[in-house]
Amino acid sequence: MTTALINVPKKAKRGDVIEIKTLMSHIMETGYRHTTSGQIVPRDIITSFACRYNGEEIFRADLFPATAANPFISFFTVATESGKFDFEWIGDNGFSETAAASIIVE
Amino acid sequence: MRTQTAPTRRRFLRLAGHAAAIGALPLVVRVRPVEATPETMAAAIRAVVGGAVVQTGKVKLDIPPLVENGNSVPMVVSIASPMTAKDYVKSIHVFNEKNPQPNLGNFYLGPRAGRAQVSTRVRLADSQKITAIARLSDGSFWSVTAEVVVTLAACTEEVI
Amino acid sequence: MKVAGTITIVSLLIATGFIFHPVTAAEIPSNERRSGYTFMAPDTRAMQDDDTANPGMLGVLDGEALWNRKAGSADKSCADCHGDARVSMKGVAARYPAYDKLLARPVNLEQRINLCRARHQDAEPLPYEKHDLLALTAFVAEQSRGMAIAPDSAPELEPFVAKGRDFFMHRQGQLNLACTSCHDDNWDKHLAGSAVTQAIPNGYPVYRLEWQSLGSLQRRLRNCITGMRAQNFDFGAQELVELELYLMSRARGMPIETPAVRP
Repeated sequence: MTTALINVPKKAKRGDVIEIKTLMSHIMETGYRHTTSGQIVPRDIITSFACRYNGEEIFRADLFPATAANPFISFFTVATESGKFDFEWIGDNGFSETAAASIIVE
Repeated sequence: MRTQTAPTRRRFLRLAGHAAAIGALPLVVRVRPVEATPETMAAAIRAVVGGAVVQTGKVKLDIPPLVENGNSVPMVVSIASPMTAKDYVKSIHVFNEKNPQPNLGNFYLGPRAGRAQVSTRVRLADSQKITAIARLSDGSFWSVTAEVVVTLAACTEEVI
Repeated sequence: MKVAGTITIVSLLIATGFIFHPVTAAEIPSNERRSGYTFMAPDTRAMQDDDTANPGMLGVLDGEALWNRKAGSADKSCADCHGDARVSMKGVAARYPAYDKLLARPVNLEQRINLCRARHQDAEPLPYEKHDLLALTAFVAEQSRGMAIAPDSAPELEPFVAKGRDFFMHRQGQLNLACTSCHDDNWDKHLAGSAVTQAIPNGYPVYRLEWQSLGSLQRRLRNCITGMRAQNFDFGAQELVELELYLMSRARGMPIETPAVRP
């Protein structure tokens, strides 16, 4: 069960700088761990994260094995208009998850 | 009763010569380094900045000097920037020197960000230096380095 | 590596007087009780305090979905009998482990969930320490967040609490340590860089940074027992439930923090 936790203010004034917090459940297996019998546990990580605000990309991140499990990423953006934030996580083994949040900008 | 060919020096050298020629007996064993090194980190930084000069300043790296657990270290990178259409932070690149890999994360901003600040949580394999580099809209690079001490949890568990 | 680790810990313990002092066996006075939260660094505390940054909340969300999902041959969800968990499950985790009349022994929250599945949903038990049981337990326990631990007062529980207390007090394992040696007599000192806490299990299932996932109190107890180099127990063992029961009774009055974050 993949879950995303997003925190976006429900309302903002035009021009406000708002903080967006995201949390995605994912093991972020580094590819450097071994089983007790000595075999490498293969890498399985989220490699990129992007956020679009009414269709336009406002933030992007490259993730690595060094990103902690259940990646937490927070960033800022200027509230320009009411609408929708779309979030996308892409990773190894065809991992692809999306989430969305709305905002009212007055 | 045992028959055994007494190993003469000539015979030994001939054998060794053959083995070396076939490559079955390497005389030098090269161990591949598992951790990143300061050189690997420098190379990773060069891949981002190219030949440009990286100045120190403008960038702030908030990371606990003594981490509770290396599996999850909170990190906040912020850059003093007006974040206008003419003067903004384009991207932030964070590096380390002792993990198996030199990168901790790349973050791409823009004038719409409002504030050049990103928070995340990273894994640190050992006490080491962390370097954050910001690329500004005017093409300049700015950096900051922090030293972090990493201890391990006291009681480890058996694999479930 | 393991032998080296054991020798290091033994020398540390001898140096700090853990091994040769007599077991004082005095419980921490209630005005000195401190949650594991207070021993953590500010950044880790901030991670617990922020519901959007707390990775344990991902488990709680999954648990909520499971609460509403139909299960078993009876094709019923938890919600079908219990309705809104915010109402029906409020205070439950604060008084577990509790006495089960049919089994005539205490059961912890995980076991209660599986008993419900067997008795009322006609469903297979969820395996210990796997995602679903952890998520569902976290969701149920989170409904008691902020409430004081108030153990089940059934008199039938007394002999089981006593057994749990005996286990906590007696020396065992290769290091000849009792739980009380560290957690009653030496809390707030450090062992190999980590704070020795009071062993107050008020945030379980907990997101432990060392595990990089949610985990149960029994997982933590098994870790401790391994660290003490003593004979361990399987998940669900009666001895572990009795120890949980004693620990929760010892933690009476402390607030539930599930899903807590711990190093």
